[in-house]
Amino acid sequence: MREIHVSAITDAVKKLCMEANLELEPDMLRAFDRALQRERSPAGKQVLQILKDNAEMARTKLIPYCQDTGFVVCFVELGQDVHVVGGGLDEAINEGVRQGYKEGYLRASIVRSPFDRVNTGDNTPAVIHVDIVPGATLGIMVMAKGGGCENRSKYKMLTPAEGLAGVKEWIIECVKTAGPDACPPLILGVGIGGTFEKAAILSKKALFRELGSPNPDPQLDALEKELLDRANRLGIGPQGYGGDTTAFGVHILTYPCHITSLPVAVTIECHAHRHKDVTL
Amino acid sequence: MSVTTAPDGIKEVGTPLSDADVVSLRAGDRVRITGVLYTARDAAHGRLFPLIERGEKLPIEVRGQIIYYTGPSPARPGDIVGSIGPTTGGRMDKFTPALLKLGLKGTIGKGARSEAVKEALKLYKAVYFGAIGGAGAVLSRFVKKLEIVAYADLGTEAIRRLEVENFPVMVINDCYGGDLYQDGMKAYAREDA
Repeated sequence: MREIHVSAITDAVKKLCMEANLELEPDMLRAFDRALQRERSPAGKQVLQILKDNAEMARTKLIPYCQDTGFVVCFVELGQDVHVVGGGLDEAINEGVRQGYKEGYLRASIVRSPFDRVNTGDNTPAVIHVDIVPGATLGIMVMAKGGGCENRSKYKMLTPAEGLAGVKEWIIECVKTAGPDACPPLILGVGIGGTFEKAAILSKKALFRELGSPNPDPQLDALEKELLDRANRLGIGPQGYGGDTTAFGVHILTYPCHITSLPVAVTIECHAHRHKDVTL
Repeated sequence: MSVTTAPDGIKEVGTPLSDADVVSLRAGDRVRITGVLYTARDAAHGRLFPLIERGEKLPIEVRGQIIYYTGPSPARPGDIVGSIGPTTGGRMDKFTPALLKLGLKGTIGKGARSEAVKEALKLYKAVYFGAIGGAGAVLSRFVKKLEIVAYADLGTEAIRRLEVENFPVMVINDCYGGDLYQDGMKAYAREDA
């Protein structure tokens, strides 16, 4: 049994939160460059160029890429041969968020209750998903999830009879309703199968795959490419000003499902796709 | 008249805005704003609205002014402000017509507005601008001064008075019913989408 002290988890989460908000990952920067090459709209091109400049300014001037520094969504892969010592796992993660958001001059965007709307002041708590996996390592994936795009995420329970065609139409419908509100170019995280909550969690987890990388399942890869092409034919474009770059990617994860069901969840992610991970 | 067109084709606007300024702005225009912007988003609008309904005085004079829908991130020591991009305008739809009726001339956000807001823009002669969502670091450089003027307890959602120079926006909805989002999408949509 390998012991990992909670302080190591707190330090790691703190660092990931700060870095995520100041330094876009290389996969995002490459996506801007690819889009700039094929975008026909002058307004769209200008938006993409400003977003590239924004990423550079965030990195060099230490000003967050977006003022909405997000809800921290944390996926933990806890090796079953790891023993977390010195405190609780959730509190260690929340302490990392607390420290990272304070020291990084990141915005506190979480209210303690959906009704009284009083800000917790330190961006806690995070949303934490833990999977127990074989091994003696602890993997932490952190996403700073923006609220404007999250508000356009959707779920639908389709019937088996609606099938693949129904799934495709629903996903494209989600892009249309997200429109300019969700800060396109978008990334779509899609969870298909499982139950109501399983599909939603998969739709978040799907966003952690490197943008531009193929889906390991060739059939899903073809589906992703077809949907991305269709999304980019809608004309919404960067910021909704019109153009060819409405989405940067569609990432799909699937799970077996019940004979009655075809659940589909779509997490809408904006171009401020801030994700970082580490393995302890 | 405080709207002029610069040699690069971008319209330059000073605040406060008059009806004459508003009628010279069209959906799709690129605009640089110099002057004062007031920040307000969900929570501040939630406090302003009951005051308007009761006919009471607001903590800011909105006549001729522009409200910027944003909640900035904290400033680092020595900086005026942190990241300061727009939030989704549609969430303020419920409150906007009442503010326009009081003489508010502009709002800055991102994302589509309701039909009721678009009608109110025509009725009261006002304009909805879009700033680039997620470009908060770049946009921070156009803010020259910042002070909290109301609801400090709301933190990032407090009402702030910003002094800006050449703050870059696009006209999304003008006072003629023009809509950049609809025009832009039509221009680039491909039939088989």
